[in-house]
Amino acid sequence: MHVFTDPDNFDAYVSGFLWILKLTGASAVCALVIGVLLAAMRVSPVPVLRGFGAAWVNIFRNTPLTLVIFFCYFGLYATLGLSLSQDLDLNIYWLGVIGLSTYTAAFVCEAVRSGINTVPTGQAEAARAIGLSFAQTLRIVVLPQAARSVIAPLGSVLIALCKNATIVGTIGLLESSNIMKDLINSNGDAVIVIFLVFAGTFAALLIPTGYFFGWLANRLAVKR
Amino acid sequence: MRMKRMAAIAAVAGLAVAMAACGGDSDEGGSGTGASGIVGKAENQKKLVIGVKADQPGLGLQTGSQYEGFDIELAKIIAKGLGVEEGNIEWKTTVSANREPFIEQGTVDLVLATYTINDERKQKVGFAGPYYLAGQDLLVRADSDITGPESLEGKTVCSATGSTPAKRIQEDYPKARLQQFDAYSKCLPLLENGQVDAVTTDDIILAGYAAQDQYAGKFKVVGKTFSDEPYGIGISKNDTAGCEKVNEILKAAAEDGSYKAAWDATLGKSGTPAPELDTTKLTHCGAA
Amino acid sequence: MSTSNVLYDHPGPRAKVRNAVLSVLFGIALLGLLYWIYTKFDQANQWEPRLWEPFTRSTTWTQFILPGLWATLKAAGVGMVLSLAFGIVFAFGRLSDRWWISVPAGVVVEFFRAVPLLLMIFFIFYGVPFLIKGPVTAFWAVVIGLTLYNGSVLAEAFRAGIRAVPGGQSEAAYAVGMRKNQVMRLILLPQAARAMLPIIVSQLVVLLKDTALGYIVAYPELLQRGVNDLAANYGNIIAAAMVIAVIYIVLNSLLTWFAGWLDRRTRVRAFRMPRQTGPVAAADATPGGDGTAVEPQG
Repeated sequence: MHVFTDPDNFDAYVSGFLWILKLTGASAVCALVIGVLLAAMRVSPVPVLRGFGAAWVNIFRNTPLTLVIFFCYFGLYATLGLSLSQDLDLNIYWLGVIGLSTYTAAFVCEAVRSGINTVPTGQAEAARAIGLSFAQTLRIVVLPQAARSVIAPLGSVLIALCKNATIVGTIGLLESSNIMKDLINSNGDAVIVIFLVFAGTFAALLIPTGYFFGWLANRLAVKR
Repeated sequence: MRMKRMAAIAAVAGLAVAMAACGGDSDEGGSGTGASGIVGKAENQKKLVIGVKADQPGLGLQTGSQYEGFDIELAKIIAKGLGVEEGNIEWKTTVSANREPFIEQGTVDLVLATYTINDERKQKVGFAGPYYLAGQDLLVRADSDITGPESLEGKTVCSATGSTPAKRIQEDYPKARLQQFDAYSKCLPLLENGQVDAVTTDDIILAGYAAQDQYAGKFKVVGKTFSDEPYGIGISKNDTAGCEKVNEILKAAAEDGSYKAAWDATLGKSGTPAPELDTTKLTHCGAA
Repeated sequence: MSTSNVLYDHPGPRAKVRNAVLSVLFGIALLGLLYWIYTKFDQANQWEPRLWEPFTRSTTWTQFILPGLWATLKAAGVGMVLSLAFGIVFAFGRLSDRWWISVPAGVVVEFFRAVPLLLMIFFIFYGVPFLIKGPVTAFWAVVIGLTLYNGSVLAEAFRAGIRAVPGGQSEAAYAVGMRKNQVMRLILLPQAARAMLPIIVSQLVVLLKDTALGYIVAYPELLQRGVNDLAANYGNIIAAAMVIAVIYIVLNSLLTWFAGWLDRRTRVRAFRMPRQTGPVAAADATPGGDGTAVEPQG
């Protein structure tokens, strides 16, 4: 354990995981919003919107996240000139959030869409029968019911997002995977301890999260 | 039935993993004449595995199935000196982080991959050489007013994640803004575009990038080194005989002109004259 | 419910006009954005022929992209076979009546699902050699990492699928005298596998994409060879990344399409999955639906 008793190393370890948590937090919110919008687009009556939603999902679900993050830096920032902060690390952080959100939104969209599929047809038919428009049907009748059944899949998406946050390290953010690499490089004799600490931290964060979402999903499940 | 098949698949998979894991050990044992280490291996098996860089123009660059550069040419000279023909060299791409593990685990016999000799590394691996004295420098745009690390204040400097040059910037020049990537090749388009103001690593590597066709005339190396990076040839720590033999070969190469020829064929192409190899400074292999 | 025609009425004349207007407005905005991106890239000289010319040379393909593609497919192929095996073994393990099998199997699955693949591959490559006193090649570091992670996710998918098979199926099997082993193997697994096919496939797509993480141990896969090494030679990193992205998208779309085709071909009247299963359940597989994957763990 001598590696982590060195305050410098310990600080690095903490700051690495803080970046992961911050990336996860901001991206989760953005991805949820974008994902629900995309799902709404995909079931909407406007063909162009449906096409846009489908294209988004197919592009981002089929591209490695490493490349998505790469394009955020080299496309959005380096070429299009989108600078989000004067601070170098914060700029990378926000570019990372954009990459993670756009990528994760594709998965959120598909989860929500299959959630919509679990709402019995009669619900929407009844909503239309009393004269609700598409937006009203979706907002008032279908999505609230779908929400309960997408909790478990969304939990899985959140867990995946947290782990994927490590990939922002490829554009230079010193998050936990880079910190772990660094510690291993300079403490070759303690490779196993270092790995177990980092992996253990992720497990300690994510396994309870998984059980929490499972519990929540069961609690809120609609019995049909 | 199906269970059996599944068990068989699992068994085969396990076996494959085990074999892949143990494959490296068998190479070392085959010393028939008593000589061990790379000298013995070269003598008995007539082949060597050499770890080199794949993404550093002028030094070690993989161009398709071939590698080219100064490190590569020098590796060929050393292999020849050990009695191994060029065709029997197996090149293995290494990155900065896996050079020590590759040597320690016996994945490679030698490493010529812009490999700086330092005390920390000496605890894990042995070094022959140095065959070149590099130093950390800055690559900037041709019209840049950066004259050295002191003028980096507020400028963005690009380097490889967790590398020694990156750490030196962080510690000694904290006013520079440091952008890190997993590969230097990602820094160059940014330098070209103006997103970063300088790329920093060893001067010889920077010179290799600056000499590439697509960047010709766009960049310059500042030419004021601020560290000493003696490049060594990585070898197993216990292989003193091998280390001494490599040093002998280097000495001979300096005398018969093949060292200079290797330089002229690679990094020298841009006009830089070959450096003098100071053979008095070669490491004392055993005394690490 | 097939969403596209239940959520809204058949459009009348006014709705048709409104939809058309929305389509046009959104379309124009989108095209405008794309055009802006195009001109910005143009200003940055990203369309310069010298950056793209290397892709017209056959050597670029035979020396960089195709070897990289082959390495990616090799790792993904071996990884897929091993993760399916791992998934089945550990799904059965977790469902075992013997606690000394089910508990360790559960711990293994939960642990590997929670550890980022990047850390896992890195550790297998740099850490495991110290444990086994021998080198691990980059290939096996990637494959084993992919297997442990995706295998664990698949184990959960299989388990959820098995638990969701209607109880009558296993009761009937027991009634005709089958042992637990036979019931699992002959009755439950085939039905579960078919019902969970969409999830399995989307996980395999994830696996294929995740081979890209091999860069961390210098495994010469598509991203490493086609973007990093290629750009080191030609200095065209953004162009290279675009080409490689297209290859990935085509590759994964083919895999998804193939799975959909397989699904349609092999479908017998599958049972409909009930809504919730397991703690972090793979919830809503709708075999009757449109083949949408429901538990993606990108």
